[in-house]
Amino acid sequence: MTELAYLAAGVLFIVGLKGMTSPRTARRGNRIASVGMLVAVVVTVVDLLSLDTRLVWGLVIGGMVAGAVIGAFLAIRVQMTEMPQLVAAFNGFGGGASALVAAAAVVASDAVMPTETAVTISLSLTIGAITLTGSFVAFGKLQGLVPSRQMFLPGGSFTNGAIAAAAVIAAGVGMMYDSTNAYWVATALAALLGITAVLPIGGADMPVVISLLNSFSGIAASMAGLVIGNQALIIGGALVGAAGLVLTLEMAVAMNRSVPSILFARFGGTAAADSIGTQPVNRATADDCAIALAYAQSVVIVPGYGLAVAQAQHAVKDLANALEARGIAVTYAIHPVAGRMPGHMNVLLAEADVSYDLLLDLDQANPKFKQTDVVLVVGANDVVNPAANNDPGSPIYGMPVLNVEEASTTIVVKRSLSAGFAGIDNPLFYQDSTLMYFGDAKKALEDALSALENL
Amino acid sequence: MSDQFIVGIIVFVLASFIGFEIIAKVPRTLHTPLMSGANAISGITIVGAILASAMGSGTFAAILGFLAVMLAMINVVGGFLVTDRMLEMFKKIPRKSESEEGR
Repeated sequence: MTELAYLAAGVLFIVGLKGMTSPRTARRGNRIASVGMLVAVVVTVVDLLSLDTRLVWGLVIGGMVAGAVIGAFLAIRVQMTEMPQLVAAFNGFGGGASALVAAAAVVASDAVMPTETAVTISLSLTIGAITLTGSFVAFGKLQGLVPSRQMFLPGGSFTNGAIAAAAVIAAGVGMMYDSTNAYWVATALAALLGITAVLPIGGADMPVVISLLNSFSGIAASMAGLVIGNQALIIGGALVGAAGLVLTLEMAVAMNRSVPSILFARFGGTAAADSIGTQPVNRATADDCAIALAYAQSVVIVPGYGLAVAQAQHAVKDLANALEARGIAVTYAIHPVAGRMPGHMNVLLAEADVSYDLLLDLDQANPKFKQTDVVLVVGANDVVNPAANNDPGSPIYGMPVLNVEEASTTIVVKRSLSAGFAGIDNPLFYQDSTLMYFGDAKKALEDALSALENL
Repeated sequence: MSDQFIVGIIVFVLASFIGFEIIAKVPRTLHTPLMSGANAISGITIVGAILASAMGSGTFAAILGFLAVMLAMINVVGGFLVTDRMLEMFKKIPRKSESEEGR
C-alpha cells in the first residue's frame, strides 16, 4: 500500500509539472504537485507509526516545524528581483538534505554494503555536497556577498580536476574497505569542489550554473532514493534532474557555448575593453527619449539585468501604460539569458502586471525589429550586441542576440558606457540610430515618463 | 544486484524521460516558477529524511536526521509557496486595442 501511495505522489508530481506547460494551468499544477508531496509525507509518517522504530518523533516534528517556518518566511519575504538567490539557496538546501539522508544511511549500516548501495551512497553524498556548497557560492555572488565577476583560481581547471579525482578515489576507498571515514573525506572534497568550481564563474553565466545545480539537487534526491529503496524519491528526483538539465542545455544554446566551456573556460575580451568609450555616441536626455517614444507607433522594450538591479520593473510598466494611452503598441522582447536565471525578466514584468502574452521570445521578436519604430533597451548589453552576428573576432560571435539595431531608433538606458559582463565593446552604442540615455534605469524611466507627460 | 535496486534504476530512467518530455514543453516565460516548483519537488527527500531518522540510533544519527528533515522542509514549504506567489502574478490582461479591433 505504501508503495502505491508513493506512486500516486509521483503521478501527482508529473501531472503538476504538466500544468506548468501553460501560464493558465501553472498555478493549479503547482498545487497538484504540493498535494503529491503531502501524500508522500503523510504516508511515510503513518507507515512509521505502525512500525516499532527507534525514531525520535520530537526531532522529526521539530525539524519539520523549523523547516516550514524558515521556508514560509523566505517565500513570503523575498522580492521578485531576488528570486535567483532564493532558488540558488533552495537548490543548496535540497542537495544538502539528500547528502544528509545518505550520510544517515552510512551511519546506520552495520553490515558490509552491497556494491550498488555503496555506489549510490557515494553519488548521493558527493552530488549533494557539491550542490550544497556550489549553491551557496552562487547565492553569495547573486546577493553581492562574494564578487560576482569572473575569478581565476590558482591552477584553474586543473585544481578542480585534481579535487574531483581525489573525491572519486576517496569514495572508491570507502567502497572497497567499507570505510565510513573515507566516505566523509569524499563528501568533504566534493563540498570543496562545489566552492572552487562555482567561485570563478561570472555573474552573467549564473543562469546556467543555477539550472545545473537545480538538476544536481534532483539527481542527489534520486540517488538517495536508490540508497533507501524509496520510489517517491527516485521519481521526484528524476523529474527535477531532467528539468534542470533541460534548462541548462537551453541556456547553453542561448549563449552559443557548451556547458563545459561555461563551467571551465575563461571567457570574454580584455583587450577590446581598452578601446571602449573612445568613439562618439549620441547622448540623449529624458526629453529626447520622450519625443522619440511619443511619435512612435510601435515600441519594443528589451529588459536586462540592469532592470532587476534598479528595481525598474514598475517604472517600465508606468512608461508603457503612458505610451499605450497614446495608442502606441508596446511589446517586450526577452532574451533567454537576460537576467540571472531562466525566466528572471518574465517574473519581474509579471510582478509589474505586464500581460504575459506581450512578452516575446527571441524567435518571435527578431522578425519584428525591422518594422519597429523605437526599441527601448533597459539595462541589457551583451544580448543586444550586433557583434555576435557580424564580427567573427568577437568572443560572443554566433550567440543568438536580439537584433535591435534594425529598428528605426534604439534608445539604450544604461548606467554608463562600461562594457557588459563579457567585457566586449558594443557597436550598437555608436550607431547613428542609437540614443544613449545614461542613468539609473528606474530614475531614467521615471524622468522620461514625466517628460512624456509634459509634451 | 538486488531486484529492488534494478526496479529503482528502471523507475529512475523512465521518470527522467517523462521529465524531459514534459519540461521541454514549458514556455520560457515560466522558467523561473518552473525552477522553484522543481525545487519544491526535490524536497521529496523529506521522505528519505524522515525514514533516515528512523534508521539509526545515537546522537550523530539523530542530528543528521533532524538537519535533513529541516533542510528538506525548507525546500518543500518555501518552494511551493514562492512558486504559488509567482504564478499568481502571471496574468493575461485584456487590452482595449483588442476589443476595439472589430470597429
